[in-house]
Amino acid sequence: MDTAFFIETIVKIVVILTVFSALAGFGTYFERKILAFMQRRLGPTYVGPYGLLQIAADGIKLFTKEDIIPAGVVGPIFKIAPVITAATAFMAAAAIPFMPEFTIFGYTVHPIVADINIGILYILGIMAVGLYGPLLGGMSSNNKYSLISAARGASVFISYEVVTGLSILAPIMMVGSLSLIDFNNYQSGGIGSWMVWSQPVAFILFWIAAFAETGRTPFHLIANDHEIIDGFGTEYSGMRWGLFFIGEYANMFFISFVMAIIFLGGFGDGSALGALALLGKVAFLFLFFLWTRAAWPDVRPDQLMWLCWKVLMPIAVVNVVITGIVLMF
Amino acid sequence: MSREQLNDRNVQQNYFQVDIADYPTTGWGKFKRVVARTFRGELFVGLWVVLREMIKFDIHTVRYPEEKMPIGPRYRAVHEMLRLWESDTERCIGCGLCEKICVASCIRMDTRIDEDSRKEVTEYSINLGRCIFCGYCAEVCPELAIVHGPRYENASEQRAHFVTFEDMLTPIDVMKAGSQKEFEGFGAVIPGSDESVKKTPLAY
Repeated sequence: MDTAFFIETIVKIVVILTVFSALAGFGTYFERKILAFMQRRLGPTYVGPYGLLQIAADGIKLFTKEDIIPAGVVGPIFKIAPVITAATAFMAAAAIPFMPEFTIFGYTVHPIVADINIGILYILGIMAVGLYGPLLGGMSSNNKYSLISAARGASVFISYEVVTGLSILAPIMMVGSLSLIDFNNYQSGGIGSWMVWSQPVAFILFWIAAFAETGRTPFHLIANDHEIIDGFGTEYSGMRWGLFFIGEYANMFFISFVMAIIFLGGFGDGSALGALALLGKVAFLFLFFLWTRAAWPDVRPDQLMWLCWKVLMPIAVVNVVITGIVLMF
Repeated sequence: MSREQLNDRNVQQNYFQVDIADYPTTGWGKFKRVVARTFRGELFVGLWVVLREMIKFDIHTVRYPEEKMPIGPRYRAVHEMLRLWESDTERCIGCGLCEKICVASCIRMDTRIDEDSRKEVTEYSINLGRCIFCGYCAEVCPELAIVHGPRYENASEQRAHFVTFEDMLTPIDVMKAGSQKEFEGFGAVIPGSDESVKKTPLAY
């Protein structure tokens, strides 16, 4: 292993960590603003121009708040749970190509931490490990609402892993590789070659499952504010709660990247325009997470399970079978 | 509006029976309902509605410390002591009716007979921690001296602020400028209320 590769990897990891931690903060700002506009409100306006410094204010608040470990919780597990959420979210980012490769000062940079040949499998696996954050946090919190949330989290995540895996199986069969760069190169021929046209059903299924995986609004049952307080986050305070938050928003960004790369053509042919297009697609998918939160009601947990096992999973299986038959002939 | 018009309660009504289908009992019926709901595109209607509101940007937020909603003339906020328009002296004659009628016993006053053998208020305070803002003091006052003002922002360093006689009394410069506001009273009509009167539809 040569030194240049080592340094490059470290730099990439640091850049991804800082950029996406900051983006998680900006994500909260955008969410508050866009939700407010959709509900004819103004959102944060007082701190800084257009309320932009609200992010800094929130950050200062989270960092300086007392870190309370309530009596009766299982201490070590309670403390480690938010770290699992945030860490797995960022670990999943290792296999995501955020930009096409570019050359700077005569050195070619691949903006992906590790182009492993099982990329998408690794991402899905690590995102599944993220289940342990809500699960352990909720179970160790000594709070019945947190416990409900942990149970819901386990059932929702495990169920929708099935939909995610099956829906993405059909594109994997078409591409014949698990690396996201291969996915991108498969669709580099312009809009017409995007996977979403050949696999629309898989795209919709994966999109629906992404809402469940990130716990966003139509499936916002794991931390459902209006019935189980904040779910697994109820007993957390300060930066430990903030880590849950960063993990959630980082997950939203990463799953948007994954969707854009697998189904919407990624960065295309690798030009600067393609990179911008990728950012635009990610921005739209992220906006859609906020948009649905303003527009749609939540479903009940049993409806969520019903949707997963009786509707989405059969459709995914049928989609895989049809794709296989088409590929065979 | 003439009396005949007013008494005619057959107001035009736009009521109609909402079309609610029966709850499906069979599995096939439930399946059909799910399919119908899935492909009717109602979710996109919801998306469109919020997007339309965002594009119209018709913001209803009142940016409170800079903007305030108008309050009604009957509003009973922190008390004020008014002055006589003729002589700029205080209206309070120290009769003690407000202290007597106060249901929360939060008004405390002391009086003495001054050199002109007139009653003079020496101490007057309202304990706002006990006051329930019922308005009896203003209602019972024979001189319209103690009234309710429109000021509802009571943040202060001391609980005892706003409530001594000097705090409540109209400042003399405001009085000289002629801008003392009379309390319109408990039956006062809200401005613009004529326009908002609607007939109750009684014919069902």
